[in-house]
Amino acid sequence: MEVQLLYLGALLFCVGLAIIIIKRSAIMMLIGIELLLNAANLNLVALNKLHPQAIDGQMFALFVIIVAVSETAVGLAIVMFVYRHHQTSVPDQLNELKD
Amino acid sequence: MSTIAFYILYALCAVSAVSLLFIRNLFKAALLLLVCLLSIAGLYVFLHAEFVAVTQILIYAGGLVVVIIFGIMLTTRMSGVPLRVDNNNVFAGLLASTCLLCVLVIAVREKFDPSKVTDMPATDAVRATGIQLMSSHLLPFEVAGVLLLMALVGAAIVSTSKTPRG
Repeated sequence: MEVQLLYLGALLFCVGLAIIIIKRSAIMMLIGIELLLNAANLNLVALNKLHPQAIDGQMFALFVIIVAVSETAVGLAIVMFVYRHHQTSVPDQLNELKD
Repeated sequence: MSTIAFYILYALCAVSAVSLLFIRNLFKAALLLLVCLLSIAGLYVFLHAEFVAVTQILIYAGGLVVVIIFGIMLTTRMSGVPLRVDNNNVFAGLLASTCLLCVLVIAVREKFDPSKVTDMPATDAVRATGIQLMSSHLLPFEVAGVLLLMALVGAAIVSTSKTPRG
């Protein structure tokens, strides 16, 4: 059962990476980052079964969840700030610093 | 019975994650993310991580997806047109993620020894989580509180500031 969960974590990580690279939308990239962090969490909790007397993996997963929430809150605030001043949420169109 | 439930959740998580790649509608993508996160929470229950499962449902499914949906609604002109997301770098992205997937699968198959996995003793995992959180993990717990406060204040300031910087 744990081996399948490790495979699922690998799949989630790769899908998240592909979403971050492929999609042209800032919010979609945030969704991809969430998938990456969830893959890491899944691996932490699954590998915690190797050490049944300690629950350090679960504690680490809890802190990863907290950091992920902070990151998404700040990221969405930045997306809204950019949208208000540039009327776009596509990162490729923010090319003011070019030439 | 529980094995069937495990594989249903497993398939639900995998299918919703992969279909996130192909979906073009931003709002439906947020709903698919919700399905994926909820099924991961169900998988945590099978791993005897009940507190992490409840935290996942409360924070991710209850808070984060709602915030993302608010973000979608505030950053797109709601004119009845479906919110399309374009793709670029399709070949590079798929190549990179497929290579990484191959590396991870090979690594798991070579190095992971399933015989070392023991079933968790039938102690109260939630109780153990609370005790650890308040004893050996007290410093990260407090730091996480400060981090959440900083994120809250920072997000409020960034999203409500009127003047563009520079």
